[in-house]
Amino acid sequence: MLRYSRGKIAAILLLAFAGFYFAAPSLMSPETRASIRANAPGFIPGWLIPSQAIVLGLDLQGGSHVLLEVDSGAVVKTQINTLRDDMRRVLRDEKVALAGGIAVLPRGVTVRIADANERARVSPKLRELASSGPAVNLIRGAAPTLIEYSEQPDGLITLTVTDEGITEKVRKAIDQAIEVLRRRIDALGTTEPNIQRQGVDRILVQVPGLQDPKRLKDILGTTAQLEFRMVADSGAASADVEMLPQVEEGSVQLPIEKRIIVQGEDLIDAQPGFDSRNSEPIVNFKFNIRGAQRFGQATTESVGRSLAIVLDRKVISAPRIQSPITGGQGQISGRFTVEAANNLAILLRAGALPAPLTIVEERTVGPGLGQDSINAGKIASYVAAVLVVGFMFATYGLFGFFANIALVIHVVLIFAMMSLIGTTLTLPGIAGIVLTIGTAVDSNVLIYERIREEARQGRSLVASLDAGFTRAFATIIDSNVTMFIAAAILFFLGSGPVRGFAVTMVFGIVTTVVTAVTMTRMMIALWYTRSRPQKMPF
Amino acid sequence: MKLLRIIPDDTKFGFMNFRNVSFPVSALLSVISVVAFLWIGLNFGIDFTGGTLIEMKASSGHADIAKVRTTTASLNLGDVEVQEFGNQGEVSLRFGLQPGGDKGQQAVVEHVRSVFGGDYEFRRVEVVGPRVSGELVQSGILGVVLSILAVLVYLWFRFEWQFAVGAVIATLHDLVLTIGFFAITQIEFNMTSIAAILTIVGYSLNDTVVVFDRIRELLRKYKRMPIAELLDLSINTTLSRTVMTSMTTSLALLALVLFGGSVIKSFSYAMIFGVVIGTYSSIFIAAPVLIYLGARIAAEANETELPNDENAQKVK
Repeated sequence: MLRYSRGKIAAILLLAFAGFYFAAPSLMSPETRASIRANAPGFIPGWLIPSQAIVLGLDLQGGSHVLLEVDSGAVVKTQINTLRDDMRRVLRDEKVALAGGIAVLPRGVTVRIADANERARVSPKLRELASSGPAVNLIRGAAPTLIEYSEQPDGLITLTVTDEGITEKVRKAIDQAIEVLRRRIDALGTTEPNIQRQGVDRILVQVPGLQDPKRLKDILGTTAQLEFRMVADSGAASADVEMLPQVEEGSVQLPIEKRIIVQGEDLIDAQPGFDSRNSEPIVNFKFNIRGAQRFGQATTESVGRSLAIVLDRKVISAPRIQSPITGGQGQISGRFTVEAANNLAILLRAGALPAPLTIVEERTVGPGLGQDSINAGKIASYVAAVLVVGFMFATYGLFGFFANIALVIHVVLIFAMMSLIGTTLTLPGIAGIVLTIGTAVDSNVLIYERIREEARQGRSLVASLDAGFTRAFATIIDSNVTMFIAAAILFFLGSGPVRGFAVTMVFGIVTTVVTAVTMTRMMIALWYTRSRPQKMPF
Repeated sequence: MKLLRIIPDDTKFGFMNFRNVSFPVSALLSVISVVAFLWIGLNFGIDFTGGTLIEMKASSGHADIAKVRTTTASLNLGDVEVQEFGNQGEVSLRFGLQPGGDKGQQAVVEHVRSVFGGDYEFRRVEVVGPRVSGELVQSGILGVVLSILAVLVYLWFRFEWQFAVGAVIATLHDLVLTIGFFAITQIEFNMTSIAAILTIVGYSLNDTVVVFDRIRELLRKYKRMPIAELLDLSINTTLSRTVMTSMTTSLALLALVLFGGSVIKSFSYAMIFGVVIGTYSSIFIAAPVLIYLGARIAAEANETELPNDENAQKVK
C-alpha cells in the first residue's frame, strides 16, 4: 500500500484539483462568472469552463413554486362534446332522421338507428370517428384504442373514450398548457422561470425572485377563453340563450346567445392601451382574416344591438354596436385597472388554456428569508467544520490532520459535483452537507481505529497501516451502501427541498468513500516513505 | 502532544449481560412511544394535513401578537395557530384546510395579505391542497417502508439472514422511538421530518453494520468462543469507533441546532435523538438479538468460505 506510482498520485491530485476548479465559480460574483465565460478561448468545450455556479433552490434565493393540476374531468367533457358534434354532423350529412337524438354518456355518446339500411349507410362513417393512438413500442405492437366503436343488433351505436384515450387527451392538454403558460410567464418578464410536467396531469411552475405571486397566480389560473357573442333580444328562443354573470360584482346576469361569432383563437394581437376619450385602460385587439370577416358580417347585420365580450363565461362588457366594424380591429373596455388591462392583453396574446388549471400546492419564500437561511447555513457549516476538524486533530494528531484535508476536499467535491450536474442546493441540502461533515470522517475513523488495533496486537507499523486500510475497506463499503440506499430512496420519493437534502447525502456518501480510501491513504503513504517513523503517531 | 482518547484501549464491558435490562427498557420505551403516538398524536405540519402556513415579519420590528390573534380570528377561517418566534417580530400563522377543495385554500392567502400587507413583510407562504397532502403522506410512508425492505435484502445478501433480521429489528426500534419523540415533544412533523427519519434509519444501519462486520469476522476467527462473549468482544473492539463517529456527527448537528435557523431546528433535534438512539440500538438491540436468532450456526456452515488471515500475508 505504501508504493504509489507517479501516475496514481497525479490522478488523485488531478481529482482534487478538478474539485476546486469546478467548485470555485460558486464563490465568485455573477459578474466574474460572466466575464470568465465571455473571455474563455473558443477551443475549450463549454462544460470545461468553470463558470457554472451552484443553483440555489427557491427556499434560498426566494421565489414561488406553484403546482397546477389540469381538470381531467373538463378535458374529458370537451372531448365528449366534440364527439357528439362530430356524430351529429355525420348523421346530418347522411340525412338520417333520429327519433331519440344523441345521448351523452359519462364516457361517450350513443345513438339508436333502428332502420337497418340507414345503419349500414352511416356505420362506416361513424366508425371513422373511432381512433387509435400511435403504437406504443415494437414489442407490444398493437396501438392502444383511444375511441372505441360498438354496435348492438338492436341498432344502438356507441362511441366510448377509453382510459388510454383519456390519458392521451390529458397528456396533450398538459403539453399545450405548458406552451401557453410559458408564453404567459415570459410576458411577465421574470428571470429564468422553470416550467415542467409532473406526473400525468400536473405542471410545476417555479419562478425565482417573486415577492408576491398573486399576479403569477392570476395569470396561471385563468383559462382565458375569449368569445364574442350577441346579447339576446327579448324574443329569442330560450334554447339558444344562456344567462351569464358579469365581471363587475353586484350587477345582474345578462341573457347571451349561445352562438359564438368570433373566438379568442382568431386574435392575432392584443395590446393594453388607453381610451382616447376618457383615458380609461383598455385592450386593443386585432383579428385574423377569418375573424375580421365574421366580425364584420355580424356587426353589419346587428347595428343597434349589444355585443357581449365574454371571458371564461363572464361578461366583461356589452357595448352597443354603433356602426359595422369591418377593419378587423377593436377594443375591449371594462373599467379595467392598468394592471388588469395588461394581464388581459398577455392572456389573449398567449392563447387560451385547453382546460382549467387548479393550484394544488404553492410555496413562496421571500428574498429576505432566503438570505437569512443562506447566512444561517454558512455559519452552521463553519461551526460544524471547526468543531469536527478540531476534534479529529485532538484525537488523531497528524493523522487527524490528514483526515481534515480529506474532509475539506470532500466538501469541495460535493460542491463541484452539484455545480457540474446542475442540481439545486436547498436549505435541507445545506443541512445534509453539514451532516456529512460529521459522518465523512467516519471512514477515516474506521481506518485509524483499525490501524491502532492491529498495532496493539503487535504488528509492525507498516503492517498495521496496511491491514487497517484493507480490513476497514469492506466495512466502509457495507456501512455506506446502507446509508446510500436510504438516501437514494429519499431522492426518488421526495420533492423540492427534501430532494435537495437527498442529493447532498448521495454525493456526500460517494465523495467520502473516495476521499477516505484514496486521498488519506496517499497522504499517509507519502508521509511514511518520507519520514520512516518507527512507532504509531497516535 | 498528548492526544485525546475518550474510550480507553482494551475495554471489556459486558454488554450482553445488560440485555436483561436493555430489552425490557426498550420494550417499555417502544410501548410508551406507540401510546404517545396514538393518544397524543403527531403535530402534523401542513405538508400532511393540507392548509396554509404564513410567516411574516413586522416592518416595525415588533409584532403586536394579541392584535394579530384577534384579527386572524375575525377572518372566520377556522382554527388558526398564531406563534411568535425569533426576536425581530416574526409571526407564523397556520390555517387548517378550508372547505372548497383546492380553490378554497387560495382565498386564505389573499385574505391575510389584504389584512396584514401594510404592516408586515411576507417571508414565507405555503399552501398545500387536500390531494397533494394525501400524496405526500403516501410517499413518506412508502419511502420508509421501501428503504427498510431494500436494506433487509442487501444485508441478507452480504451477511446471513439473522443479521438482516437483527438490523431490521434495531431499525424498527429506532423508528418507533423517533415517532414517539415527535409525539411527546410535539415538534412539527413534516416532509423534513421524513428526511430526518430516513437519515436516522441510514445512520442506525450504518452503525449496526460496522458492529456486524466485526461479529462476522470474529465468528470466523474464534469458532469455539461462546456467542455472548464473542458479541461482547466485537462491540468492545469497535467501541471507540462507535463513540468517535457519534461524537463528530453530534458536533455537526449541534452546530445546526444552534446556528441553522428555525426551519432546520426540528430536523436537527430529531437527528441528535436519532444518533443517540441509533448508537444505543446497534449495541444493545441488534447484537443481542443475534443470540436468540442463532447466528453462530449459520456462520459455522460458512466455515470454508474464506481463509482467515489472508490479508496478513500481503504486507510488503
